[in-house]
This record gives sequence, structure tokens and C-alpha cells, in this order.
Amino acid sequence: MPADYLWLIPLLPFAGFLINGTLGRRLPRPLVSAIALIPTFLSACLWIWLWFTMKAAGAPESIHSGITLFGNSWISVSGFHADFALTVDHLTLLMLGVVTCVGFLIHLYSVGYMAHEEGYWRFFAYLNLFMFFMLVLVLSTNFLLLFVGWEGVGLASYLLIGFYFKRDSAANAGKKAFIVNRIGDFGFLLAMFLLIAHFGTLDFSTIFSAISQHPEWQGGFLTAIALLLVVGAAGKSAQIPLYVWLPDAMEGPTPVSALIHAATMVTAGIYMVARSHTLFDRSPYALGVVAIIGAATAIMAACIGMVQHDIKRVLAYSTVSQLGYMFLACGVGAYTAGVFHLLTHAFFKALLFLAAGSVIHALSGEQDMRKMGGLRKRIPVTFWTMTMGVVAIAGIPPLAGFFSKDEILFRAFVSPNPIGKLLWLVGLITAGMTSFYMFRLWFKTFFGEERFEEHHDAHAPGHDAHGHGGVHESPLIMTLPLMVLALLSIIGGWVGVPEALGGHDEIGAFLDPVLSNGVQVTEVVGHGTELGLAVVSVVVALIGLFAAYVLYYKKPGTAAGYARSFPALYHLVENKFYIDEIYQNIIVTPLLMFSRLFLGGVVEGAAVNGSGFAAGATARGLGSLVRRAQSGNIRSYAGWLALGAAAVIAVMIFGHSLWLH
Amino acid sequence: MNIDYSILTIITFVPLAGAVLLALLPDRGRIQQWGALLVTLITFVCTLHLPSHFDYTAPAGSFQFQENLSWIASPSIRYHVGVDGLSMWLVVLTGLLAPLGVLISWKAIDNRRKLFYILFLLQQVAMLGIFVSLDLFLYYAFWELSLVPMALLIATFGRTENRRRAAIKFFLYAFIPSAILLVGMLWLYARTGTFDYPQLAALAATHDISSSPTALWLASLAFLIAFLVKVPAFPLHGWLPDAVSEAPTAAVMVIAGKLGLYSILRFSFGIFPGQSHRIAPLMLALGAIGIIYGALMALVQKDLKRLAAYGTLGHVSVVILGIFAFTVSGIDGGIYQTLNEGIGGGALFMLLGLLYERYRTYDMREYGGLAARLPWIVTMFVLTSLSVTGLPMLNGFVGEFLVFSGTMQSTVANHTGWTVLATASVILTASYMLWMIQRVFYGDLSRRSAQIDAMDLTAREHLALWPLIALFLFMGIASPVWMRAIDIAGANIATTVNRSQAVTVNMDASTRNGPATPETALASTKGTR
Repeated sequence: MPADYLWLIPLLPFAGFLINGTLGRRLPRPLVSAIALIPTFLSACLWIWLWFTMKAAGAPESIHSGITLFGNSWISVSGFHADFALTVDHLTLLMLGVVTCVGFLIHLYSVGYMAHEEGYWRFFAYLNLFMFFMLVLVLSTNFLLLFVGWEGVGLASYLLIGFYFKRDSAANAGKKAFIVNRIGDFGFLLAMFLLIAHFGTLDFSTIFSAISQHPEWQGGFLTAIALLLVVGAAGKSAQIPLYVWLPDAMEGPTPVSALIHAATMVTAGIYMVARSHTLFDRSPYALGVVAIIGAATAIMAACIGMVQHDIKRVLAYSTVSQLGYMFLACGVGAYTAGVFHLLTHAFFKALLFLAAGSVIHALSGEQDMRKMGGLRKRIPVTFWTMTMGVVAIAGIPPLAGFFSKDEILFRAFVSPNPIGKLLWLVGLITAGMTSFYMFRLWFKTFFGEERFEEHHDAHAPGHDAHGHGGVHESPLIMTLPLMVLALLSIIGGWVGVPEALGGHDEIGAFLDPVLSNGVQVTEVVGHGTELGLAVVSVVVALIGLFAAYVLYYKKPGTAAGYARSFPALYHLVENKFYIDEIYQNIIVTPLLMFSRLFLGGVVEGAAVNGSGFAAGATARGLGSLVRRAQSGNIRSYAGWLALGAAAVIAVMIFGHSLWLH
Repeated sequence: MNIDYSILTIITFVPLAGAVLLALLPDRGRIQQWGALLVTLITFVCTLHLPSHFDYTAPAGSFQFQENLSWIASPSIRYHVGVDGLSMWLVVLTGLLAPLGVLISWKAIDNRRKLFYILFLLQQVAMLGIFVSLDLFLYYAFWELSLVPMALLIATFGRTENRRRAAIKFFLYAFIPSAILLVGMLWLYARTGTFDYPQLAALAATHDISSSPTALWLASLAFLIAFLVKVPAFPLHGWLPDAVSEAPTAAVMVIAGKLGLYSILRFSFGIFPGQSHRIAPLMLALGAIGIIYGALMALVQKDLKRLAAYGTLGHVSVVILGIFAFTVSGIDGGIYQTLNEGIGGGALFMLLGLLYERYRTYDMREYGGLAARLPWIVTMFVLTSLSVTGLPMLNGFVGEFLVFSGTMQSTVANHTGWTVLATASVILTASYMLWMIQRVFYGDLSRRSAQIDAMDLTAREHLALWPLIALFLFMGIASPVWMRAIDIAGANIATTVNRSQAVTVNMDASTRNGPATPETALASTKGTR
């Protein structure tokens, strides 16, 4: 029975982590890779088996499996219990597929990418640890275990961002990621406390069926819980105002950016919102907040992405922007569309990051696109696979990104949200910008003149790549995952072709048992409108492509000219709207000043230490006691004690008759 | 004869016998260390008898492994010891920390070893005695005893020339409230004619201690303030940073937390349930403020030990918050968090001590880039930080989660606001812990770390740290092993306090103009403080 083996899916990578984490330092590299890759591969195999089991006719819609340790559940006190219990339903099945398969491909790629790095064993141990927690996250059957995975992936992310811990920027970025995520966790925790207070449990099925049974519960405390969950999701999925950690997270090795900061971990927020859709459906207000956050994040990140020079940062802002789309989808009640975009995004964004890694690898660690160019002949496999990724994310049919993005835009357009049309427009503009910045990246990297210097010397130590001399294509172990992901980026969207385009929307039907109660579309729209909107978004994507073509291929240099004509605006965007600086100056510095001067100086100095003994009526007497104690021997305390004890006993014996009655 | 009846006496007095033995042994070679290690190990093994023979089916509120002998006939003072779910694991924890403390002091204490280990063992006797005593007078004797060795340890083995001042500050902070505590106890005796805790608790449950609410109030405050200073709770923590930064590692590991917290749970709640409930709104506020205050202060420290001291203040405040919520989750979580504080704080102070032994400084600015040189220490340090930060699957999370969720369900005034404020500490705790890790271990090698070629963990240090690291993991994933006993006691405390509240509320309703409405109660608290 599948339920009996469910726990193996997360625990296999955990075993890999334990072995590599404890012994990896002494093991040869091929063995380390085997220890890391085999469990991941087995988890993927288990997923395939699970897939066929659950797709079989008459299979249950979900499989449940509880685990006990030493015969105990996890937490058990009077009135509250939490178990290590795993559940697979269709939503989890989809997420499992993304995590295990993309995860395995990225493990494979890392074998080539990290081949020359110090701390090879450490890298794979952390990567397996990440897999474990991510699998726990999607398999969990209650909020608390989900939170375990949630925090655990954050930990793995912290460790991997700070992988090159000797570099201050990497250590800072890791810390920032963890702390900003903790702000999100603050909301998530409070949401859980409220859930316990209202439902007495954190079990998904219990909570959601309780909500379903009480149609009179609208808004109110459900809105509070939903909004707090949104805080958590905004932290993990890098949404306004907590997105600031993700661009910095690019300090980690590139496979990490692909796996954690593009394909899997950052989508946990979307997964969580989709998972709790029963709750969100009851709070139009919270859904509206989700939609607005999503749309605002999408367009703001796209703006910043258009002017970045670091290839990984462009992709990072692109990720933030695409996550905004998914948030927008959830916010208009189109959870299926959000999860669909999560799926296709996992394919093409992992591909883009890995391809960017291959470019960086070829250039011995160079990440600045101003020092690239003309690479298409030098690294053809990377070029062609990356092209697939760029076309896919730009939303040009029939590649994957088109279908999922178009579904989101369509659902925003027809949503009952009063500003649905505006959300659609923002999404549409973002689509054009996406196409522009991705093709900008494409043209700047692969076309035009070669602006890089050929390195023939060894790599800079501790840097995120390494050279063997000259610009070279990556080895097969790196290009193979690229090819597989390129294929998936092409065909991945075909599972969700809408009926208007002659498809069957298989993914919608597949997820229907889990996400069926989404906000219903009130406006009746014909296939004509849907087709029209699709055409509009394709045209917008092509405009973005054309603009990038003109600015960065046909007449390179004109872009810089435009930037010069609007210096203030350009600097504002290039410096990411100074959000980091604003946070630093408005929150962090004042808080530290407050702590140091007011708490440390006034409260601690005057109130706490002062009030202890100096103040008050007994001050003088105590002062003399202190002086006497200081001048004398410390051991005289024993004498004082004896004296006191004697007095006490005297009072006890004679006190009855004196005053104690 | 069944050992169950004397096991607590054995546990308590084996270290005392050990101290006498050490006094007779010469201070040569490593004799004192081995002697102390042997004694503490024997004590620890004895403490393990408790959980393995604990009767989980015993009725709530009853004590086990009791020994109850008459000591002094008049005034009626008995030698009455016993444990329940509240104290059992604290006894075991005290037993466990002692051998680890000896191991960690092995080389760090090189002068006057004999005095050190004798004081160390006496300190252990006092702590064990506090946890097992069920007679107030006996308890008070151990309570007073706990002050002296600690003060002497700080004064004699302190790190800088400030040690005497720190010791005196510690002693006075603890001693003066203790005197008031004694007055409270004597008043209780005068009213009831007994020092026996179970009898007093039974009288309290039936409101038979005193009919004067004011007197009860004052007595309950005498108890509570003494305990709060010992914990220490904000704003009575003035002694903590100085004492912590002076005291040797083995002493710091046990300086804060469990004694005071246990005493509140046992005596304040047991003898003064109604009064405890009345003061709960204030205590929730002090708990939540203490959590944030400790975290913010930790954030701006430059000295590693002071940072950890303020961190400790934050963590004991978590317990204060949880237990005064008077929900089962809050109290269970509070007791669990008391254990966690001992384990996590102990490990943290041990690691800081190890760094000090190698680099002779606690100044964070002098550190940097040690991760590549000391892979084991950094691993342990990160694990400890994660436990302290409350990462799920480690012990800290279980306690913290139960405390905060318990506070959220509380019926005490303003509990939601205080829960929200307290929960914000998850951000701040992560901030100061990660910041510390980064400054000590990441980035470039500092000048001092480059000059001193220190070695990674030795076998002895591994031995001292691994038990705690293992506990982080086990207590994080298999909490019911510990929680089973704790929950019995926690549920009982919650019931006792809430029941008393139900009755006193009714009394209030009938005597609306009586002197002990919550408002006047709070006012009188403020006046006293």
C-alpha cells in the first residue's frame, strides 16, 4: 500500500543529509554525489509510482499516513495534539512531482557545477536537507507540520545562501533571508494560534470541513487568520513588502537559486494559500489583499528587472514578478491557474537559472551582462535551451508560460473583484515588461559583440564558479538537465490548454477535487472574449520582444541614451526604489538606536539597576549593608545568614505569643 | 525496603557527601575533577530512577517517591520530600547538567579547584533540595543555601576585577526578597500551623488559609517577588547581566530560570491560586515586555556573555508569559520551556566558555571567520542557536509554540495583545542569534582569531556537548516522552488556579465593595513594587 511507504519520500533525502552531513568530509566526491543523488532519485521513483497509483481508476482522492516516534505523536498536551501525519491528494501529488523531479535534475546539474568547489559534501548535505523539508511541507496534513517544512526550507536556504560564508555579502544575504522570512513566520504563527483558539486543532481536514459546515462564517476572524497567513506567504514567496531577501539570495550557488529560489521553496506561499483556499474563499477582503499584493509585486519587480545588469538578479526579480502573478491568481480565486503557473514556472525558471549558471560557468564566474555578448556560437546547447526558457516565460505560444499566464490574466479579467479589470491591465503590462527584460537578457548575453575577457587562469577562490581556461560549453551532466527542462518548458503548458483554444484543461480537472471551491466566475464570458484576451497578451509579448530587439540588438547603446534622458527615474529604478535603504533607515536603525539608548541607557541604567536598591526608603540602610559587605570578607555572608536564621527561629518559637496572631 | 521511599534523599545528599569527600581529598593532579565527575554521575544515574519508576496513573496533584518524617516537633517542621510531573524532569535536568558542568570546567578552573568543586556540589544540593522539598521550612533552607555557593563562585572564580561587586549584587538581589519570603512563610505558619505544602495547598483550595484578602495579597506578593527576582523577570533582572558575565561557565549554566520558575508554579500557584490569577494581567505584560526587552538588549550587546544573558532574560520571560496565561498549553509549554532554557542556555554558555578558553575574550568584535577553522564548534553553535531560536523539530519550538498558543487562548485581560507582542520575538531572537554567529564565525578571520591557532572540540568537550545536542533533537520530535508527566501537573495547576478564580469571582459578586477587586489588587501590587 502506498500509505505505508509515504514517509520514505521525505526520509530518503534526510538519510542522505545525515550521511553526508556527518561523514561527507572524509568521503570521496563521487561517493558524496551518489549518497545525495540516489535518495533523491528514489524519491522521484516513489512519486512516479504514487502518481500511477492515484491516477488509476477508483483510486482514493487522498492517501493518509501517520507516523509515530517511540509510540508517541509529536506534541500532545491536554487539549491540543499534533501528529507527524502525511497526506497525498492531487495538489500534493503535483507539488511532489515538481519537487522530486526538478530537484533531482538540479542535483544532477550540481554534480557538474560544483565539481571544483570546496565544501562539496556540505553543499549536497544541505541540498538533501532542503529536499527533506520541502517534501515534508507539501506532504503535511496539518498546519504545524507544514510549518516544520516551512521553517526547515528557510534554514536550508539560509545555509545555502551563506554557502560561501567567507564572503560578507553571502553571510549577510543568508541572515537577511532568514530574518525577513521570520517576519513572515510571525504572521504564520499568529494565524496558527488563532486557528487553535477557534478550532482547537491545526488539522487541515478538520478545520476546512468545520468552515464548510458553517456557511454563516464570513469574514470576521477568518479574515484575521487569512491575512496573517498572507503575511507568512508574502515572506516565503517574496511578495511586497517582504520580497527584499530574494534578490540578495542570489549570493548562493546558482543551482540553489534554481531549486530553492525559483522552482520550489518560494512557491510554498502560493501552495499554502491554495491549500487553505476554503478559508480564503470566505474572506473577499483577504483575497483582495492577496490580489493587490500580487499585482503590485509583479509590476514593481518587472520594473526593477528591466534595468539590472547582473544576469542572476534579472532572473531573481523575474521570479519575484512571476510569484506576483501566482499571488494574483490566488487573489482572484483562480487557485488552479496559480498552481498551473507554479508548475510551468518551475520548469522554465529552473531552466533559466541553470542556463544562466552554465553561462557563468563558461565565463569563469562573470555575472555582469555588460561583460557578456555573442555567446550563442560558443555555448550552443546553453543558448538553445535558454532560448526555450526565454520564449516560455515571455508568454509566446505554444510554450508553457503562455497558457498559465494567459489563464491568470483571463481569470483576473472576469473575476468578481471590483478592480478585476485593473488587475488584468497591470498583469498585461507586466507581461510586456517580462518579455522585454527576458529578451534583453537574451540579446545581451548571446548576441552582439563579445564583451568578455577570456580567462585562462584558475578561478578566483571562493567565487561562484570556476574556470578551466577559455569559454567552454558545460559538460553533459549539466546540459542534460537543461535539455530535459527545455523540453518541459515547451510541452509543460499543454496540460492546461483552455477549451477556448481547443484543449481540455486537464490540470483543472486534475486539481478539481482539491481546489474546486474557488471563487465562482460571475460574469458569463464567451470563448470569444477569452480568445481576444489571449491575442492581446501575445501581441503585448511580441511588442516587448520587438523593443528588446531594437534596443539591444539593432541599435545597441540607445537604451543607455534613454536612461540618460531620465536620470532621476532611471536611478530610482536601478537602485530598486531604495527599498532596502528605506527599511534600514526607518526600521532597523531606529530600533537599534532605541534599544541602545533608551532601553540600554535609560531603562536598564536608571530604572532597573537604579530601582533595585538605591531608590526607595530602604536605600540608606541597604547602602550601609553594602559598604560593610564590601569592606569585609565575602564569607561573612555565612555569618549574616546564621544570624538571620537564628532570628527567624527565635521569632518562630516565641512569636506566637508576640505578634503573629 | 523499596528504594522509592529514599531515592529523593539519596539524590539530594549524594552531592553533599561528595562535597565532604572532596574536602578530604587532596587538590593534586586531576583528583578533584575526577571526584566531582564521579559524584555528579552517580547523582545523575540516581535521578534517572524517577522517570523510569514514575507512576503516570497516580491521581493528579499527588506526589511520588515521598518521604515524610518528623524533623522538629514544635514548631512543626517535617522532612517531607516528593516529586510530581512538575518537578521530576527538573530534578533529572539538574542531575544531567552537573557532570557536564564538571567536564566543561575541567581545564577552565585551574586554581583553587577544591573550593570550586565543593561549592559546585553544594549548589547542586541546594537546587535538588529546592525541587524535592514539600515542607516550606525545608524548602527555605535549601533556597537560602542556593545563594551562598553561587555568590562565592562568582566572587572567587569571576573573570574580571568586577567579580566581587557582581557577587554582592547577586546576593543582595536574592537575599532581601528571600527575607520577605520568610516573613510570608512565617505568616502562613502562624495562620495554619503547618509548613507542609500539600496541606497548605489543600487549605488554599478551600479558601481556609485566611479570610483577610489583604493579608493573603501581601503574603502572595512576598512569595512572588522573591521568586521573580530569582527567575529573573523584567524589571527585577538587574543582577543577571553582571552575574552572568562574571560567573564561571558551570555556574552560569544553572544561574537563571528553573529555581524561580519552579517555585512560582509550585508555591505561588499552589498556595495563592486566586491571588496569582488576579495578578496575571500584570505578569503577562511583564512577561511579554521582558521577552522583547531581552531580545532588543541582546541585539545591541558587544559582549557575547551579556548577549546570552539578555537572551536568557527573554527566554525565562517566555515561561512567565506562558504560566500566567493559566491555560494548559501555556503551563505545559512553560514547564517544557523551563527545561529547554536549562538545556539550550546551558549549551550556549558552554560554547561561549569554550571560545573564551581558546581566545580569552568575550568581545564579539575581536572574533570573526572562525567557521573554517572550527567546524565542530560552528556546527554545535548553529544547532544551539536554532534550538534557542525555536526552529521546529528542535526542543525550543515545542515549548515556545505551546506557550504562545496557550497565551492566545487565555482568558486573562489583554492576552491577545501580549501574545502578538511576544510572538514578535521570533524575529528578534533570530536576528541576534544569527548576527552573533555571523560576527563570530563568518566573514574574514579577525586579527585575534588569526594569531591564535586554536583547536576544534576535544573529546572531553564533545562528551560535554553531545548530550545536550541530542536532547535538542529528541525533545523536539518526541516531546510526549517528557510532556506526559508535565501535562498531568500542568493540567492540575491550570484547574486549581481557574477553579479558585471561579469561586473568588463569585465572592466578588457578593461583596462588590470588598477590598480585593482586581483594580485595587493591581494598585496594591504597583504600590509594593
